[in-house]
Amino acid sequence: MRKLLTLLFCCLVSPAFAQLTIEITQGVDNPTRIAVVPMGWSGSTPLPEDIAQIVAADLQRSGQFDPVPRTSMLSFPSRPADVFYRDWRGINAEYLLISSIEQRNGRYFVRYDVFDVLAQRKVISAGKVDGSPEQLRDIAHHISDKVYEKITGIRGAFSTQVLYVEAFQNQGQLDNFRLMLADADGARARLLLESDQPLLSPTWSPDGREIAYVSFETTRPAIFKQNLATGQREQLTNFTGLNGAPTFSPDGNRLAMVLSKDGNPEIYTLDLRTRQFSRVTNHYAIDTEPSWTADGEGVIFTSNRGGKPQIYKVTLASGRVERLTFDGEYNARGRVSKDGKTLVMVHQRQGVFHIAAQDLATGTLRILTETNLDESPTIAPNGAMLLYATRFGGKGILAAVSLDAGTKYRLPSKQGDVREPAWSPFFN
Amino acid sequence: MITKAMKQGLSFVFVMAFLVGCSSTDTKTGADGSNADANGGVTTGTADGGALGSSNGMDDGMEELDKVIYFDFDQAVLLPSARSLLLAHSERLRNSGASARLEGHADERGSREYNMALGERRANAVRDFMVLQGVSRSNLEVISYGEERPLNLGSGESSWSKNRRVEIDY
Repeated sequence: MRKLLTLLFCCLVSPAFAQLTIEITQGVDNPTRIAVVPMGWSGSTPLPEDIAQIVAADLQRSGQFDPVPRTSMLSFPSRPADVFYRDWRGINAEYLLISSIEQRNGRYFVRYDVFDVLAQRKVISAGKVDGSPEQLRDIAHHISDKVYEKITGIRGAFSTQVLYVEAFQNQGQLDNFRLMLADADGARARLLLESDQPLLSPTWSPDGREIAYVSFETTRPAIFKQNLATGQREQLTNFTGLNGAPTFSPDGNRLAMVLSKDGNPEIYTLDLRTRQFSRVTNHYAIDTEPSWTADGEGVIFTSNRGGKPQIYKVTLASGRVERLTFDGEYNARGRVSKDGKTLVMVHQRQGVFHIAAQDLATGTLRILTETNLDESPTIAPNGAMLLYATRFGGKGILAAVSLDAGTKYRLPSKQGDVREPAWSPFFN
Repeated sequence: MITKAMKQGLSFVFVMAFLVGCSSTDTKTGADGSNADANGGVTTGTADGGALGSSNGMDDGMEELDKVIYFDFDQAVLLPSARSLLLAHSERLRNSGASARLEGHADERGSREYNMALGERRANAVRDFMVLQGVSRSNLEVISYGEERPLNLGSGESSWSKNRRVEIDY
């Protein structure tokens, strides 16, 4: 009856997997006009990646920028000496990014400069970054991060990654589940784990080196931890009943989870150093979907102890529980932003499931999305955007929205149903 | 300990309420648009196998039983329409001593891990009913798949009502 388990590990890039492409659906009202000039390159063959194009796409996706089309540019300078501000004022560019790349001993070296066109001054002078031929996209995202931070004052998150689950159906049954890792722009998707049994709830360790997730490969749910560099995995739980919803504490030493081994879904923490489980909640209702407060001293969770699912917070030291959400009849799967100010969640209104954000100081709740069947919100490490799963064109896809709801884009998949995004922390 | 006792007390109260509720009328039959064909209008089990639902066999009660119990959205409460089917399964399991796997499922709406818990609640409700009917608890294995294994891959109530279910597998 049970199909044989097939597991496949892959630590290397697998180009066979289709990438998620970006469709921007909404940007801010007055995005900054920036001209990202094609990168100067004197090699005889074109580079395998158009780095300037990747940078422009990164900046556009943030919603904060409106890159000037190349066809509008009057010149393509790659050295500061070749920049004439009037060329850029004339096409209403507020900022200008020029760059050049050369190859030495099999490694690429990039220099870039950013100009404030109106003030007629350099804001980044002779920025340098280098990498292997496989790292051209990383070089592009690095430049995007620096430009974004310089102009907006917010740290860029273009060099981060996303975990997600892709499910494939065969004859009306979902029978192929893949845990995937991709760049934050959906590119370079690679397979981490494949199973004919469900995979869900992927999550990152705070240092970005390990992940945890739930796999049904033993025909029951179990929580696994996996090292991204080595592919080495470890089964952390094997209890009767639910073994789900793992999330690492901010210091990485503990894992919060739901277990129903005592007959009822309760929140537990596992100390990864001592391997001790501690029970956190004690209620006959459903308690699940734990995640940590920004300071690591509390855990927020979904509970239907009030009759409908709502989000609660428990302070670990005292065990005191308080309810956080009161707006609407269904609020679930909360995540708190790193600055501790905002709670994002799945929120139902008039039968439609949206992603909403609640200001934890004022209690004010705002719906961020216009889509339906939205779930699994995950906030970027810089707090600017969140990714979530929704349905579009009859398929599960990932979509993004800024926390002020001003910017929206989709990452449709050409293949299976994509769900359960988990945005990585910063890697350095 | 208090909670455990409370929980067991509550499930007992809940199952009793279900049993009592069922003896009156069948008003919720097919309320979710799903289960009416299998059990609709069927009254409590009698000697002639007609109470056993959807199969064509009428002779000795060994005809195939429908294996799916349906639920309302965000609910783990057994619907009155499921009662006769559950009684029939309970009787078979009690008499045969067979082991059964009770697989709880949810529709796609809402969050995945909450649905995982909801699926377990549904399977537990079926288990608790069967135990009260004399089926050995150790013969009943509960597992929840949440919304990960939908019976019907479409969106919309006609699909969702098929996916909010417990499958009885033995």
